Amino acid sequence: MYAQIVEQVVAKVMGGAWRAGTPLPSIRELAADCRVSVITVKRAYLELERAGVIVTRQGKGSFVADALDATRSLAAQEFETQLQGLLDAARTLGLGRRDIVSRVEQALDASPAHDEQHRRTPE
Amino acid sequence: MNPAIALKGVRKRYDAFALHDIDLELPTGQVMGLVGVNGAGKSTLLRLLMGLVRADGGEVEVLGQRLPQAQVAVKREIGYASDDMRLYRGQTLRWHMDFIRSIYPGWDEAYAQDLLKRFDLKPQQRLGGFSHGQRVKAMLLLIFARHPRLLLLDEPTTGLDPVARGEVLDALSDVLRDEERSVLFSSHNTADIEQIADSITFLHGGRIVASRDKESFLDRWRRILCRGECTDAIRNLPGMASVRNSAPLIELKTSAFDASTLPALQALGLAVDAVEPMSLEDIFVTTARGGHNA
Repeated sequence: MYAQIVEQVVAKVMGGAWRAGTPLPSIRELAADCRVSVITVKRAYLELERAGVIVTRQGKGSFVADALDATRSLAAQEFETQLQGLLDAARTLGLGRRDIVSRVEQALDASPAHDEQHRRTPE
Repeated sequence: MNPAIALKGVRKRYDAFALHDIDLELPTGQVMGLVGVNGAGKSTLLRLLMGLVRADGGEVEVLGQRLPQAQVAVKREIGYASDDMRLYRGQTLRWHMDFIRSIYPGWDEAYAQDLLKRFDLKPQQRLGGFSHGQRVKAMLLLIFARHPRLLLLDEPTTGLDPVARGEVLDALSDVLRDEERSVLFSSHNTADIEQIADSITFLHGGRIVASRDKESFLDRWRRILCRGECTDAIRNLPGMASVRNSAPLIELKTSAFDASTLPALQALGLAVDAVEPMSLEDIFVTTARGGHNA
């Protein structure tokens, strides 16, 4: 259940609805609004903090982290997830280390636009 | 700060049933869900805390005060609801509201009006004409509008339709905004508990088989599907609550999943196909069936 809260906050930050420095609702407020337990929201905030999406200042509450950090860290996380998925799929197919590396290189060669595209992504 | 509830070595024996050595603590500001099959001892536990029955032994402390000595003072600050409580069929809901208001100085009329709307109840209607769901909501309204520091709710959502359940859970969520207030509620509907409880206590056969914060509870239980030979060594792994062999697949349910679980299974020659989180309901049923510690 905490994963849903994490997703929603991430969506708001990525979508630009919550900019850097935006204060997040207090844990109890959000729990009451979403009708979920306090501990679930705590857990979600902890996860978001670890991922660098939010920062918590003692006694002041939680805020959206600096935009660049948050976006980069989310992208890095996404990359990790996808990479893990790729390796899992490769294992299912029985592909060896060399196969995987050469397939990745082939894919990179086949889509030179990939680099380009990423450089143009705003922020 | 004192915990809302503290039980130490509490015992209660009836002819056909006994609560054994109950140790339980509910920190102030938390919501705890009590889970157990019929006859597990949930209602007895709640009655002990409300001072309706007296423990045979052990210590019962509620809101920092000992029961039964301080029960008059404590009851003022508890909101207790159970299915065996009755309202006056011949009187209107308004009459009941005025009655409670005359006893409890903390009655919040504005909140009561708000709840009347949210629960869709008519104050001028006699209770005799209320449906089961309306009676439950009326009872909860009479309790919630007093803002008790501790809510003891025995099956508050049982027998309610989905709409009424949503309304009740909504009102219960209001309590979360206040860190001074605590809730202990029992339910057969594990989805309700899974949603708003901070911690979960499993009662089985009059004993507490587990009491933990909800997230770590759900984190540690996993259903694992694997292939290989089903041996006793698998059953003896720590936390293994259920092993079902339907060759070539083996379904395992463990209450102690961590980083060492999968390597341990692989060391026993098993190939792991899938690892899935479990719902509280599944955990509950597995625990009740296996008689294992959750």
